[in-house]
Amino acid sequence: MNEMSTSSHAAELEASPICANAPVGMLAELTHRCPLQCPYCSNPVELERVNTELSTQAWCRVMKEAGELGILQVHLSGGEPTARKDLEEIVKAAVDAGLYTNLITAGVLLTKERLQRLADIGLDHVQLSIQDVDAENADRIGAYKGGSAKKREVAGWVKELDLALTINAPLHRQNIHNVEKIIDYAVEAGAQRLEIAHIQYYAWALKNRAALMPTEEDFMQTARIAKAAQERLKGILVIDFVVPDYYAKYPKPCMGGWGRGIMNVTPSGRVLPCHAAESLPGLTFDNVADRALRDIWLNGEAFNLYRGTDWMKEPCKSCARKEIDFGGCRCQALALTGDAANTDPACSLSENHANWAKVAREESHKPPPDFIYRRMGAKTP
Amino acid sequence: MSEATRPTRLIVEAQTKPKMPRHIKLRHDAGRDAWLLLAPERVFSPDPIAVEVLKLCDGSRSVTDMAAQLARDFQAPEETIRADILEMLQDLADKGVVKS
Repeated sequence: MNEMSTSSHAAELEASPICANAPVGMLAELTHRCPLQCPYCSNPVELERVNTELSTQAWCRVMKEAGELGILQVHLSGGEPTARKDLEEIVKAAVDAGLYTNLITAGVLLTKERLQRLADIGLDHVQLSIQDVDAENADRIGAYKGGSAKKREVAGWVKELDLALTINAPLHRQNIHNVEKIIDYAVEAGAQRLEIAHIQYYAWALKNRAALMPTEEDFMQTARIAKAAQERLKGILVIDFVVPDYYAKYPKPCMGGWGRGIMNVTPSGRVLPCHAAESLPGLTFDNVADRALRDIWLNGEAFNLYRGTDWMKEPCKSCARKEIDFGGCRCQALALTGDAANTDPACSLSENHANWAKVAREESHKPPPDFIYRRMGAKTP
Repeated sequence: MSEATRPTRLIVEAQTKPKMPRHIKLRHDAGRDAWLLLAPERVFSPDPIAVEVLKLCDGSRSVTDMAAQLARDFQAPEETIRADILEMLQDLADKGVVKS
C-alpha cells in the first residue's frame, strides 16, 4: 500500500467534474489570532488582522468548493482556529463537503463542551501542540501561563470523545533534552501519532534562530532516539520525525512540491501554494472572493510559477532527485540566496550550503539569546 | 498512567476480529477513480486486494472467517489467503489502520 501522491504537471491537469489531479490537502488558516506567542511561529511576520478575516459564509463556500475540486483533507489551522466563534459552522461545512477534518490547535481556548460539539458535527482528528513536557519551560516558550496543564486536560477530552489524536512537539535547543519524555507523553495521552518536528527557520522563527538552533550532535541524538522509538512503538504510535534543514543533506519537497499536493488559504482568503509564499516579492495571489478554488489551482499564476520542473536552474535541472524534492523550499531559497529559483540551501549541492551549515554550527554553540516574542499589534523588531 | 493501561501493539492472529477505527475512512474517489484510505494527515492508496480485505474488517468477522469468504469469492486456496491477509493486516495494524 502506497502513500498517495498526485504526480503530474500543470499541463496534464484536465478539466473534469472532479479534478483527477486535485490537491490532497488544504491548509485553512482561519485566523492569525493566537493566545500563544511561540518564538518559532510559522505564520508570516506581517499577520493579517481580524477585520480582514473571511466571513463564516465565505469559509463555508471555500469548504464546498474544496470538496468539489477533490481535496481530501482539510487542516483547520491558524493562528489558533478555536479563536473563531464560528468554528462549528465551518467544520460542519467541511464535513458536509466530504472532507476529512483535522483541527490543528494549541488547545488552551477549548472547553470540553465545545470539543463535544465539534465531535458530534463530525470532526475526525485533533492535532494538539505541546511546547515541552516540563510545564514551566513549556509555558515560558509559548508565553502562556497554565497552558501546559490545560493541554493535558484537552488531550484527555480528545481520547474520551474517541477522536484521533496527534501530539505535535516542535523541537529546538530549549526542549531537545526532553525528547524521550515527549515520546512517553504521546503514548500516555493515547495519541495515534506524534510529530517531532525540528523547527523550520522561516518567518518569525528566523528572528529567533540563534535561540532555537540545536547543535548537530544534539540533533543526531534525537534522530537516533526517534528511530529507536519508531521500532519499539510499532502498532502503538506512528512517529513522524522532521529533520532541521540546516543539518540535512537534501532539501524537503516543500509542500510535496509546489502546486502539487497542497493549497493554503490565509485568513483573508488569499490562496497560496505554501504558507510562506507571501515572502516572495512580485508574486500576486488570487483570493477566494474573486475566483473559484478550482480555477486558482489549475490556472492561478502563483501556482504555475514553480509547478513541475521547467523553472529549475542548475544544479536542480540535471539532478536525479528533481522530482523527489523539487528543489526544496522556494521561500528559503529566496530568503537566503536572493533568488527563489535557486536550489534551497538545505541541499548539499547548493553553493550556499556549506556557509549556511557553518552559521548553524556557530550559533548553536553560543549561549542562546533571549526569545523575541511577537505580540499582535506591536512593532516588528 | 500505570503500565497496565498503556496501549499495546495488536498482534493479528487467526481469531482476531479486525475493524477500522472511526477516524480511518475507506472510500472510492470518483475524481481519481481510486479507492483511498483516509487517516490522520495521511492518505493511503490500498491495492485491490487490500480494498477487499478492508471491506470485511467490520469487527465481527475473524481473520479465519475473512479468509473463507475471500476463498469463496475469488476461488483461491483458503490457506494461502489466510497467510497473506495475516501479513497484510499486521502491516495495517502497525500503521494504525485496523485495531481489534
